[in-house]
Amino acid sequence: MATRQTQGLARLMRAPAIILLFVWMIVPLCMTLYYSFLNYNLLNPTMTSWAGWFNYQYFYTDPAFFEAIRNTLVLVLGVLLITVVGGIAIAMLIDKPIWGQGVVRILVISPFFVMPPVAALIWKNMIMHPSYGVLADVAQFFGASPVDWFAQYPLTAIILIVSWQWLPFATLILLTSLQSLDTEQMEAAEMDGAPAHSRFLYLILPHMARAITVVILIQTIFLLGIYAEILVTTNGGPGTASTNLTFLIYRAARLNFDIGGAAAGGIIAVILANIVAIFLMRVVGRNLD
Amino acid sequence: MTMTFRALLGATALCATAAGIAAAQDNVTLTIATVNNGDMIRMQGLTGEFTAANPGITVEWVTLEENILRERVTTDIATQGGQYDILTIGTYEVPIWAKQGWLAPLEFDEAYAADDLIPPVRDALSVDGKLYAAPFYAESAMVMYRTDLAEAAGVTIPESPTWTDIMNAAKAMTDKSKEQYGICLRGKPGWGENMAFLTAMANSYGARWFDTDWKPQFDSAEWKATLTDYLTMMNEYGPPGASSNGFNENLSLFQQGKCGIWIDATVAASFVTDPEDSTVADKVGFAQFPNKEGVDNHGNWLWAWSLAIPTSSDAQDAAKTFIAWATSKGYTELVASKEGWRAAPPGTRTSLYENAEYQKEAPFAEMTLTAINAANTQKASVQDIPYTGGQFVAIPEFQGIGTAVGQQFSAALAGQMSVDDALAGAQSNTTREMTRAGYIK
Amino acid sequence: MARATSRNARVGWTVAAWFVALLIFFPILYTIITSLKSEQEAIAGFDLIPSFTLESYQTVQSQNNYWRPFTNSVILAVGSTILALIVAIPAAWAMAFSPTKRTKDILMWMLSTKMMPAVAVLVPIYLIFLRTGLMDTRIGLTILLMLINLPIVVWMLYTYFREIPGEILEAARMDGASLRDEILYVLTPMAVPGIASTLLLNIILAWNEAFWTIQLTTTNAAPLSAFIASFSSPQGLFWAKLSAASVMAIAPILVLGWFSQKQLVRGLTFGAVK
Repeated sequence: MATRQTQGLARLMRAPAIILLFVWMIVPLCMTLYYSFLNYNLLNPTMTSWAGWFNYQYFYTDPAFFEAIRNTLVLVLGVLLITVVGGIAIAMLIDKPIWGQGVVRILVISPFFVMPPVAALIWKNMIMHPSYGVLADVAQFFGASPVDWFAQYPLTAIILIVSWQWLPFATLILLTSLQSLDTEQMEAAEMDGAPAHSRFLYLILPHMARAITVVILIQTIFLLGIYAEILVTTNGGPGTASTNLTFLIYRAARLNFDIGGAAAGGIIAVILANIVAIFLMRVVGRNLD
Repeated sequence: MTMTFRALLGATALCATAAGIAAAQDNVTLTIATVNNGDMIRMQGLTGEFTAANPGITVEWVTLEENILRERVTTDIATQGGQYDILTIGTYEVPIWAKQGWLAPLEFDEAYAADDLIPPVRDALSVDGKLYAAPFYAESAMVMYRTDLAEAAGVTIPESPTWTDIMNAAKAMTDKSKEQYGICLRGKPGWGENMAFLTAMANSYGARWFDTDWKPQFDSAEWKATLTDYLTMMNEYGPPGASSNGFNENLSLFQQGKCGIWIDATVAASFVTDPEDSTVADKVGFAQFPNKEGVDNHGNWLWAWSLAIPTSSDAQDAAKTFIAWATSKGYTELVASKEGWRAAPPGTRTSLYENAEYQKEAPFAEMTLTAINAANTQKASVQDIPYTGGQFVAIPEFQGIGTAVGQQFSAALAGQMSVDDALAGAQSNTTREMTRAGYIK
Repeated sequence: MARATSRNARVGWTVAAWFVALLIFFPILYTIITSLKSEQEAIAGFDLIPSFTLESYQTVQSQNNYWRPFTNSVILAVGSTILALIVAIPAAWAMAFSPTKRTKDILMWMLSTKMMPAVAVLVPIYLIFLRTGLMDTRIGLTILLMLINLPIVVWMLYTYFREIPGEILEAARMDGASLRDEILYVLTPMAVPGIASTLLLNIILAWNEAFWTIQLTTTNAAPLSAFIASFSSPQGLFWAKLSAASVMAIAPILVLGWFSQKQLVRGLTFGAVK
């Protein structure tokens, strides 16, 4: 049905967005590429010189590099697992005939509206603090000694905080999907005597597959770039136990003011992120058609 | 009150004329970047007094948390962005930035009485004899302890204690069943957090960061003794979760009566003796920063939050007028007249410590002055060193290196690493960074 | 068949759902409670009943006038969203109704532009902003936030538009509708819910952006993220004050989210619902 004329019009309509994003991508990327080959420290601008591949080598041989990659993956996968499983559970719970559904839904989606640094501050000071936090009070109430989250389980603590922020997003999308499920089909299955778990496995879950894909895709993009929560809570430590790739770059750029090193780290991160993205498209992208 | 106010008006008027009439004629807007510490917020609150005396100047404040402020300000000055007219920076940045030519030298007239500035503070803010930043408040470090607990435990802490004295006292004061911990020290990783304390402590143990060839010295016996004793104290007499305690957390613990001894910045003294916030206000004793037996070194901790003018500013005259006002004797008197002498910004001017009223209201005055005067930032270690700085090393790379080392030591405190592993990690990390930066050939 | 859920089951589900909801909401609730405490109460231990003092709000307001960053946040969030919609609606429209072989790839590429760590490109962007005079201006940040969120906006709109059935268009065309009529009377009404929820989501994302909005502003354009940065970790533990500042920073967007959650939900499908 598409005539040549509408094709031309379509191209014209697409162009501004594509051109803008292209410029927005290519200009910083080229500048970063250029900087990544320089010895360039912001605090010593007069000493700038050509570095060749040294910045890449330096970033890659950082003792924290592989741990940072591992932490990045653990963080992303951990949050995805919690938000997807938790999101399905909560979506199904809210979908039940309950009193005050509207209010419940509002309460559940609220964390999504909280600025990330604020969320991290709240959790660090008021929830997880080993002396003044609510969790410490709960532990003491049960006679246990308080857990020092950010020293003993730094990565777990960060995963919990980030999951809290993203759970509402997952819940919302999964709930929308759940509500579009054909009720007649469900009832038919129930009449046939299909038990609850097989109805879930063979009817609900396949129906939600597409929504789950979307949750995974969008969240992964955001989760790969997490650093504010780490900065506010653990500063990447103790040691490098909660340093992810973005934080490693942050450290180079904002503590060492090593622009060359940070640029090289940025390029490495982009490459790795794109590998993840391609992998993701192969594995789950099919669901999107 | 009227007397001081008039004196102040006179002083500011003098400064204004001296600093250049151009500033007073045009309408100038000053953008001032500052940290969100109590003294600076007070200064912000008193801006009205300044603008009333300088009608041509409007003041805009950018108040940020310390780390964000440092990032923002460093990016701006290094790119010559010119976004700020006055920067609030510390003794760490001043010499480094001044050498880069990023800061305008400050020359004040007679009325400012630059000779009144406490000599070590003044030295720390000067490069080649020229002052590049004016101190707003300054601090060293000292021991604060609970006199009532010490008495109950039957221990005394001398005016100038050794680390053995401190450890014995901490042991005697500890009663974990009552949530009463013998000693609270910084454990939160960061070059300005645990490493400020540990560097000072290492200085007092005779250790040094680098030898004269810039080789890191974490493999030395002195550093090992420092870290071992630090961990012993914290593990046995310290509070739980110490690896995330920084200045703020310890302050709060001490104010609530949970610490026997706290060794930290001298500014803390005015908070722990403040009856409004502190439950132990009248039970605090002070002593000098400890040293190890046989080492004549009390840590050499010195920090001054100071006001400086970037060369990229386009309102330098007005900026100087403001700095002259905010760091003057008159400002101290203004604060004293509004909120009492205890609130006066400490550590910058000798005259404050000669003031009888201040001495009466601030029981910590004498020890603070002793501590600041004892700090030698030109040679912080008893061994030969190639760097300056007391509780830090004044090189641009130190923020990154110090934080990385702080992470290792914090991990050791959290029990995730042994002393030897932490020191070995610090050594290899630092060697790597120093080689990259070109110090080690 | 109308299934009669037993009353008991309903009570059970209600209790469970409320329990989970309150658990998730608790950190926010506790922040609101803490903001109504005095500083001493705030660190005195767990207590759900504050003394309802507004002291902290007054202190926060006297230290840093709230209305300027608030105005900036509104302008930046709404401005960047409208800009993004202006650019994205035609693009998403074209992709949905005249797709080519490469549409999918272009969409993925757009999303992948979000993967560059912001901190690695800070210095280049900072220099560009300085040279072009965009530093600390609302217009500069509006453009930047628009670019940051554009991929998500295009994608959301695309997935939404794609669900508009093509048969309706054909039917309209059979009836002799012109392209203009088609867009005005057939497509626009169907697209409005999708556009509305994209708008809402993007306002939320722009409001919560806290890296560029701090790094590229000083006073004129600084929004609420910078406001929060002036209250986090001061000297001493001031949790009541920090809570008050946090509540002030998140309240507007929280209220907006609550009121508009129905619209938000309708379009927030990212094409997840077939």
